[in-house]
Amino acid sequence: MSNTGKVMTGTHFLMGNIACAEGAIAAGCNFAAGYPITPASEIINHLAAKLPRFGGIFLQTEDEISAVSSIIGASWSGCKVLTATSGPGISLMQENIGFAVATETPLVIVDVQRLGPSTGVPSIGLAGDIVQVARGSHGDYQIVALCPDGPQEMFDLTVRAFNLSEKYRVPVFLMAEAFIGHMRERVVIPEEPELVLVNRKIRRGVCDPMQRQDFLDSQVAPMPVFGNGLKAHVTSSCHDEHGMRNLSDPEVMHRFITRPIEKIVSHADDIIEVEKDYSGREIVLVAYGSVSRSAKAAAVLARAEGLNVGTFRFITCWPFPGNEIRKMAESVEHMIVLENNCSQLYPYIKAEAAHACRVDFIGPQILGQIHDPEYVMARLKEMIG
Amino acid sequence: MSEEVVHPLKKYTRPHVRKTTTCPGCGNGIIAQAFLRAVDELEMDMDRFVFVSGIGCSAWIPSPLFNADTLHTTHGRPVPFAMGVKLGRPDLNVVVVSGDGDLTAIGGNHLIHAARRNIGLKVILVNNGIYAMTGGQTAPTTPRGVNTATNPYGNLEPAFDVSSLVMAAGAPFVARWTTFHPRQITKTIKKAISWEGFSFIEIISQCPVQFGKVTGTGSAVELLKHYKQNSIRIEKARTMDAERLNGKIIVGEFLDRRKLSPAAILQGGQGKLSAGPAVPELSAEWSQLKQRVMREGT
Repeated sequence: MSNTGKVMTGTHFLMGNIACAEGAIAAGCNFAAGYPITPASEIINHLAAKLPRFGGIFLQTEDEISAVSSIIGASWSGCKVLTATSGPGISLMQENIGFAVATETPLVIVDVQRLGPSTGVPSIGLAGDIVQVARGSHGDYQIVALCPDGPQEMFDLTVRAFNLSEKYRVPVFLMAEAFIGHMRERVVIPEEPELVLVNRKIRRGVCDPMQRQDFLDSQVAPMPVFGNGLKAHVTSSCHDEHGMRNLSDPEVMHRFITRPIEKIVSHADDIIEVEKDYSGREIVLVAYGSVSRSAKAAAVLARAEGLNVGTFRFITCWPFPGNEIRKMAESVEHMIVLENNCSQLYPYIKAEAAHACRVDFIGPQILGQIHDPEYVMARLKEMIG
Repeated sequence: MSEEVVHPLKKYTRPHVRKTTTCPGCGNGIIAQAFLRAVDELEMDMDRFVFVSGIGCSAWIPSPLFNADTLHTTHGRPVPFAMGVKLGRPDLNVVVVSGDGDLTAIGGNHLIHAARRNIGLKVILVNNGIYAMTGGQTAPTTPRGVNTATNPYGNLEPAFDVSSLVMAAGAPFVARWTTFHPRQITKTIKKAISWEGFSFIEIISQCPVQFGKVTGTGSAVELLKHYKQNSIRIEKARTMDAERLNGKIIVGEFLDRRKLSPAAILQGGQGKLSAGPAVPELSAEWSQLKQRVMREGT
């Protein structure tokens, strides 16, 4: 098959953020918008340079609110869309992230997390947005979030983020952080025909929205994208299956909240990916993102000292892999959660595991620094006495 | 038995929508009709339109009434949503209909940047001078001195001149009318939706229920009479001094650069074509997208 030059096939030494931008292009992204912010700017810089060469568009907006709004608009025009930002940008986007959830709009948001709260430290990574991307917009909802552990996954999981967003009509977050975004490593990019790409189901034909289901299908309704004579009615206010506003029927309100949640939760098996190496182990180091690299190194050190230590890594962190955690809790004695924050996923893990095993938390020696494996070893020894 | 009377513009509204949310005497109906009459007179296809609105009474003019693709967005954000729709499908006519609170207070930054970018949106700003849906609070367009729910002792702040603001930001086509001018509105909308550039139409509209009652300016009829008696055409206003213009509503087509080349628009030309360095047409995104659409034939 012919190679269009769009996919950067081959083995490269790439910065995580560049690998992410290449992943977006490979996944078929044709509209990206963004506002400059450290440590995510390389993504929009790269997309601004490359997208126009393949018929796509990059729009630099006046703020992150406009960035997320314009990609939602472009998604309704049938584009595959992305924006990239960091925590302060996510904070500004939250209102319209809720809009995308409520209107079941496929889009990808890359969050190259930095140390916060507030303006914090732009160039230092801290996984401080893990909960805000899942719970930061008002109301009750589910999104999908993936946690890359290096430049290779910045490529692979960006492609997967597009596939999941298109398949489930949902915002998907790529939860990088400054270390992963700026890390340079070997990245292998496959041939274009080898990439598995998913495109949303698009509604065709029936021109009256009252005669069709455009929303609130837990099996994902085909999207009535604009410009096809479908007279789609899209509103983030409480609406029925046709997209028509309904603020009076309690059952419609119930479905308006529960169906988009069911759409994600009932497909958890398809969406959730974890990496596990805990079979036959007594102690498991549970981590995600950059910290999972330290966890693996610490497990090697521990085993060299005769301790029976394994690892578990979240690749998907939302929807929360509760079943995976429960299964693990029932087969190990002690889970130690490592996060580069003051324990954001820890309460969720503990809720699923504490009935069956001991669960502890180790933050980094200094917040914003990746856990030193030696430090993890020392703390682990303290814990097990 | 009498025959059923069908409104001549009914064919442009969603068949299942039998009532609107607007109060008796609201200007929304005049604006909805003025718009649909423009579509009718130009024999345009509603399937070639996308209507984007924000939050507030006037955002309900197209949604759910108009039988076309409609996107009802969050407060203040219809312009950036519309920008994405337009860049994704530049072949479609993307029209924003929203209010003064939505487009000039919470969404003011988006409005001026859209005007600056000159991406081909049509923005219809319905200016009733108050936050009506929430119960008569002060807007950036509320006249100084009038009483509102949040300025019960009189509004202390001067009001935005929204059309001037948008012109200053670089919009190439800017007009203002009141709901006393439905025919003029239609004529201006016809111009706006038949060319490619960014167009801004401010429509001063009566809100008898909130503005009229809260500020004590009266009924819909009294407000429309006020518009009739105080509207001054821009051509005449240019000959009048500030004192005589005090309290007047200047109406008309303030700026019409439709006939200028895009390059001249970007150079700020006022009717004279100036030779200068080559400037990309409208915006880089615009032309790239046009090429893509032509290639893929969406």
